[in-house]
Amino acid sequence: MRSAFISMLMALARANKDLYVLTGDLGFSVFEEFQKAYPKRFFDVGVAEQNMMGIAAGLALSGKTVFVYSIIPFVTMRCFEQIRNDICLHQAEVKIVGMGAGLHYGPAGPSHHATEDIGIMKSLPGMTVISPATREDTRQAMQQAVKCKGPVYIRLAKTQMDFERKLAGQRFRIGKALIWEDGRDVTLISYGRILHKVAMMKDMLKKKGFSVRLINMHTLKPLDQKVIVDAARETSAIFTVDEHNISGGLGTGVAEVLAQCPDQVFFRPFGLPDGYIKTAGQSEYLQNKYGLNEDEMTKTILRDLNGVRRVAKV
Amino acid sequence: MHHQADASHIGSSFSCVEILVALYFHVLKIDPAKPKWPQRDRLILSKGHAASVLYATLAHRGFFDPTRLNKYCQDGSRLLGHVTRDCVPGVEVSTGSLGHGLPLGIGMGLAACRDKKSYRTFIVISDGECNEGSVWEAAMFASHHKLDNIIVIIDVNRLQAFGSTRDIIDMEPMADKWRSFGWAVRQADGHDVKSLAKNLDSVPFEKGKPSVLMAHTVKGKGVSFMENQLAWHYRSPKKDQYAQALEELDRI
Repeated sequence: MRSAFISMLMALARANKDLYVLTGDLGFSVFEEFQKAYPKRFFDVGVAEQNMMGIAAGLALSGKTVFVYSIIPFVTMRCFEQIRNDICLHQAEVKIVGMGAGLHYGPAGPSHHATEDIGIMKSLPGMTVISPATREDTRQAMQQAVKCKGPVYIRLAKTQMDFERKLAGQRFRIGKALIWEDGRDVTLISYGRILHKVAMMKDMLKKKGFSVRLINMHTLKPLDQKVIVDAARETSAIFTVDEHNISGGLGTGVAEVLAQCPDQVFFRPFGLPDGYIKTAGQSEYLQNKYGLNEDEMTKTILRDLNGVRRVAKV
Repeated sequence: MHHQADASHIGSSFSCVEILVALYFHVLKIDPAKPKWPQRDRLILSKGHAASVLYATLAHRGFFDPTRLNKYCQDGSRLLGHVTRDCVPGVEVSTGSLGHGLPLGIGMGLAACRDKKSYRTFIVISDGECNEGSVWEAAMFASHHKLDNIIVIIDVNRLQAFGSTRDIIDMEPMADKWRSFGWAVRQADGHDVKSLAKNLDSVPFEKGKPSVLMAHTVKGKGVSFMENQLAWHYRSPKKDQYAQALEELDRI
């Protein structure tokens, strides 16, 4: 995603002379090309995220479109009040790009894990929240973020899914989920790079004879309510997978929609537990250890479906 | 306004009356008929709790009808107790949480540099506000980038929310701190409009450096029972106090 991010940023800057980039002293081996091409529109503000967000808002209120970049906790939490008061309250054209989705920085520890960012960014009025899964998602998210009014948060990781399948005629649009595969029994909804595991789960469930709908919910806010309501009506069970704490993640968002939905459907959210991970390990290791192992999740789903089948929709 | 609305922060407002008068009536290049004129000087009141004095100054400078001031903090009114962008013409940004105005102003100053525009950005902060780390993050940035179109005025009233600045977090020597952060520093009597205007007319104090004017003030200035009294950070004048305050202010 990182290479897709920087190449799209270069393209956007070529087309828009009012596009600025601020970084909190991060992005080594990412921004060099941009800095060289557009030295007047690139600022490393130093290790000072509060100031960075205020400056971004001031530039945006003076007619600029500003991308700010850092590692997720630093660019969402350290400067949260600046995002709220300076950016959201003014509906300023600031696009926040956070690197290190979920447990991406595994061995670096909880200071670098991004496990609450979606919840807190979603809570801000007027904020759009996007978590791309593929290079194409990333390119589209960047391009559409510039056209989208007001603040946007884009959650990236260095790696991404390599494959992308979607039903014919579907295009990435902010706020509109991509149905990667259609099915009638079970719906799996996820976003970001963890989708590669969810795709494996879908294959395992299909081998067991289930027809599975797989949804890439790249936009966490505004959430595509229709795709959720349709899944509640047309399938018997919905499962969400968050590389984020369950609280505040996609699962919470889907639950809010389902609670107001007349169609009864079984629902279970998978995600990280409510705690800080103090074990070292690459993200794959930590995902497996902390509730995001594809085999374990599939087993749980099969158990759930056994129960659901008895009251299955006809 | 404070009496009618039973609103706090009158002491903080009174300490920066002359600062805003000097700016709006003498220093700022502005046109009340065209509040969004692209070449206008920008003014950010970072000590956003002194909103009433900003609104009153803008009204008397002709940005809007002063009778609207009666709506300050009244139910359903847009004139909130902390500075709110576009609640009336002429308000540039919303503030209220301290330490936000300087970074915002620097963003505007940077835009002016890049767009080769001549407008200046003035930011009024308070001495207590200098406790905020974001003020110093911004101070470092402005001098590093030689932003001499940025001017900070510090309302040095020596009182913050829980007592004297000396007792709570002693920021002295304040002038040396700003100087060591790369700013050109001057001092003035914050209640002497002529002196304030004279200093602010000669910015930047040094070419290639951001300027800071330390304006020495008295919290609650002009009303004997409010002057230097911490309680007037919170209280609003009752009927008899309001009458006495008006009488004292009329005598000035």
